Amino acid sequence: MNAGLEHFLTVGALLFGLGVFAVLTRRNAVGLLMGVELILNAANLNFAAFARYVEHGIDGQVLAAFVIVLAAAEAAVALAIVLAMFRNFGTVHVDAVDRLRR
Amino acid sequence: MFETLALNAPSWSDLRHFVPETVLVVTFLLALMADLFARGRRPAGPFALALGGCLVALAAAVSSLPAGPRSILGDLVVVDGLAGFFRVLFPLIGAITILFSWASGEIMGPRREHKGEFYALVALMAFGMCVMASAADLIMLYLSVELVSLTSYVMAGYMRTSLRSTEASLKYVIFGSVSSGVMLYGLSLLFGLTGETTFVEIRAALLAGRADNFALLVAMVFVLAGLGYKIAAVPFHFWCPDVYEGAPTPVTALFSVGPKAAGFALMIRFFYTTLLSPGGGQAAAGAAAPDGVIVGPADWPLLIAILSVVTMTYGNLVALRQTNVKRLLAYSSIAHVGYLLMGFLMLTAAGLEAILFYLLVYAIMNLGAFLFVIALNNRLGGEEISDYAGLSTRAPWVALMMMVFLLSLTGLPPTAGFIGKMYLFAEVINRHWFWLAVVGALNSVVSLFYYMKIAKAMYFTPGERAPLRLEPLHTAVLILLAAPTLALGVYWTPFKNFVDRAVAGFAGLGG
Repeated sequence: MNAGLEHFLTVGALLFGLGVFAVLTRRNAVGLLMGVELILNAANLNFAAFARYVEHGIDGQVLAAFVIVLAAAEAAVALAIVLAMFRNFGTVHVDAVDRLRR
Repeated sequence: MFETLALNAPSWSDLRHFVPETVLVVTFLLALMADLFARGRRPAGPFALALGGCLVALAAAVSSLPAGPRSILGDLVVVDGLAGFFRVLFPLIGAITILFSWASGEIMGPRREHKGEFYALVALMAFGMCVMASAADLIMLYLSVELVSLTSYVMAGYMRTSLRSTEASLKYVIFGSVSSGVMLYGLSLLFGLTGETTFVEIRAALLAGRADNFALLVAMVFVLAGLGYKIAAVPFHFWCPDVYEGAPTPVTALFSVGPKAAGFALMIRFFYTTLLSPGGGQAAAGAAAPDGVIVGPADWPLLIAILSVVTMTYGNLVALRQTNVKRLLAYSSIAHVGYLLMGFLMLTAAGLEAILFYLLVYAIMNLGAFLFVIALNNRLGGEEISDYAGLSTRAPWVALMMMVFLLSLTGLPPTAGFIGKMYLFAEVINRHWFWLAVVGALNSVVSLFYYMKIAKAMYFTPGERAPLRLEPLHTAVLILLAAPTLALGVYWTPFKNFVDRAVAGFAGLGG
């Protein structure tokens, strides 16, 4: 059996669902960020699959390449912030961070 | 005209139409370098460079008006009336932020090294916001949103050793990256449905009926989630109060007007271009501009009306309970997003004019209100409403200027806020959405209560009597913002003309 567009989209949707699930359930800041990565890669898979089956061009792949680079930049900034959080709060548990609204 | 927007390859000569943005990028790099050599208590070099850069970009933007619709850089960016309007607004906001950060204890105080980075980041953010206003392609949409977001995460956490600032940036980065991820997934669906990446071609594909309606609805809702987060519309607003409260106040001031206006710019460009079938003919300024037909997948006006009502009602009701002024202004800014969304209802030219005019007014009055908070934080070390007790005797002129901003935020004459709201409500009533106008008016009444809580503390609550002297720079910028807030409430024709020209030249309406 050949893999068609539907198969890629199903995997993409599953990845997206897992990513959202991770974001909603994880309380560890690094775990949360991994969920975000899953969401971004779900979109990437969609872009690549659509470029192959719908567009028959390279725009979708170019977009996916940009997203990969951006995801790296975002991870760098986000991890730096998590590092600052660890220095200030002594933990990477997001529930421990509740100084505001007091 | 759209027909003149021929598909073209990128070339260096395109940069001629990209001058303000180029200036801002160069400014960012120079300010960052200058920071390495900055000595002394205050980084004068980066400050002067960033301020100068923003002013040069502003001058370049003004001198390049009116910007004709021109698709540049391989159709990734379109320079038109809308982009022209926002590339005037954003360097201006950047310059004001830089000016009042110079004397702010929160920015210039706690850190020992690399204080100049702040000014470089403001220039970078102004660049990102300008690109958001002119993005014409899914790639550029995502890149520009992320550029502004990444810069804001860093700025929210600028006070590295402060627990509140760190918490603000953590919450911002988590909510921000999740919603931009969701938006990206929506964009990927949109790309799959149409097989195109530029907004104009996406519209063509939608008009040809190539997309499945339900899938299109899902894609559009996902995109709306990402952009709704940028403008902090309910239900994508959770980050907003915490980030506004925890971030350094000059950064909060910038966030409350800059990325918000940029989010609106992008929403305008994206939804007007992809969902609006051109009405045909030239859109005359103000006069009978042909209203396009919305080709959206769902009952678009109803969706936006609900979003608008929920956003303004939530913002206003929760603001009633606040005692911290930064948090209060955060909820008030959510409410203002609700008012602004009213102009979005029918995707008309008149609605767009009302939105742009209100954004301009909102930028001035909200920056003014936040500057007041910054100036007093420098002297009093806090931003609770009770800190302002007796201010009318301690600093009568400053209290009076804050009164002007508060009246304007409420939307009472004779201030700019009244005129701005008038245009928004006129659009809603003209389209026969009377219930929405009534809800909006009731909301304005509710907002009067919490704005007047601040006024009451300043004028009627007895407090210390010793005169309070603010930083001269802060007083000067306050006057600079209070004057137009009053003047625009009396004589607003030039600004209205400026906005009308921007809308007439907007490519999304066939300008």
